[in-house]
Amino acid sequence: MLTKRLIACFDVVEGRVTKAQRFQDNIDVAAAFELAQQLYADQIDEIVFYDILASAQRRRIDLDTVRSVAEHVFVPFTVGGGIRDLDDMFAVLKAGAEKISVDSMAVRNPDIIRAGAEAFGTQCIVLSTQVKQVGARAGLPSGYEVFIDGARTATGLDAIEWVRRGADLGAGEIVVNSIDCDGTAAGYDLGITRAVADAVTVPVIASGGAGDVDHVAAGLTDGGASAAIISSILYSPRLARNLGVRELKDGLTERGVHVRPWVVLDD
Amino acid sequence: MIGVLDYRAGNAPSVMYALARLGLDATLVRAAEDAAAVDRIVLPGVGAAAATVASLTEAGLVDVLRDRVLGDGVPFLGICIGMQIVFERSAEGPADCLGWLPGSVERFPDTDRVPQIGWNEVVTRRRHPLTAGWPARPYCYFVNSYHAVPHDAEAVLGVSEYSVPFCAMVAWGNIAATQFHAEKSGEIGLRVLVNFAGWSGGEC
Repeated sequence: MLTKRLIACFDVVEGRVTKAQRFQDNIDVAAAFELAQQLYADQIDEIVFYDILASAQRRRIDLDTVRSVAEHVFVPFTVGGGIRDLDDMFAVLKAGAEKISVDSMAVRNPDIIRAGAEAFGTQCIVLSTQVKQVGARAGLPSGYEVFIDGARTATGLDAIEWVRRGADLGAGEIVVNSIDCDGTAAGYDLGITRAVADAVTVPVIASGGAGDVDHVAAGLTDGGASAAIISSILYSPRLARNLGVRELKDGLTERGVHVRPWVVLDD
Repeated sequence: MIGVLDYRAGNAPSVMYALARLGLDATLVRAAEDAAAVDRIVLPGVGAAAATVASLTEAGLVDVLRDRVLGDGVPFLGICIGMQIVFERSAEGPADCLGWLPGSVERFPDTDRVPQIGWNEVVTRRRHPLTAGWPARPYCYFVNSYHAVPHDAEAVLGVSEYSVPFCAMVAWGNIAATQFHAEKSGEIGLRVLVNFAGWSGGEC
């Protein structure tokens, strides 16, 4: 049986993982490759890496840091931030990523989703969305609007319509990142996560707001998500206590959520 | 020396990083002469079957691979799409696959989310050198919309389940392959790569 996944998220600035709150006030945490190594040893299921300033600074992604992480983790590794075209995607894959996350650039040029899926397969293209609850109005029936550029720019796109279009264009997974909940450790926005999971047939990933095991469990059950992005729980300096991957998985198992069990191999 | 096929649509770097971590000698195979110089071959893969076969054809690698694997009997490990294309044909596209093993590649039914993405349990059908040291029923990382259906049931080494039971691993003589990403399945997957490096190409 396929298990639910825990994905550690790295917001990377100049090779270092940082932790933001509602997309602002980033605090330095650790070198990306060191944290990656530590989480791999702790048996994280997957790692996603966002070069968070690449898009806003209109520069290409930091491939040296991508490589330094890929050399140390032997679980799936997704990279996003500043991906503009097929050449960028190719460079990231050749640096050791399995999947490419597109976000702001996909809103500006949706065809990048189709082109990427055609060249590398739909499983390779993750559509990440930054969504904010703004209230339903004409053109925004779900009441959730898509934002881009680190939650700074409103697009006028309805979240549900956008993810449907993204999946139709070839996105193999959809990340629902709630701007309202990001870094709050108060729980995922379960409403929009569930609405997206019901709207598309590809796997959906809950993101933004998980602060404890109950939040993660809720995202994976009530939220309908196949995977949960976590970061604050693991390493936010703002939390009084961080949890390890094993502790989290034990907690999820106790709550009836099926996750990959801890493995010990004999030599 | 392990040769890792490197072609445009492939993910050779991930496999090279894994082999380096394990201290195993490996080199990239990009052209026919590279394939002649190695004594075992890994065909990693991501993406679409047709694109993968097209990439290999364009690089002039199809004939030399067949000569080395079917002719010389060098141990071969296909991964993900690298597993699917060793069969005769895929429902994913009109292009023929390599046809080294009888069987086809079918799409998962839409009763669950497709593609399958994540860690799934693998149950081995028999003891085999490639899975030496594995715990019972380990979890491996899969990313696939399609799965192989080998014609010979004895070729199936491991099975998994996603909407339907499917073949997660094949081993037939010197040809072995994993539908899961051995290079991305943590220590369980790395164990397969270590075992492959010491494998003679037989059943024991």
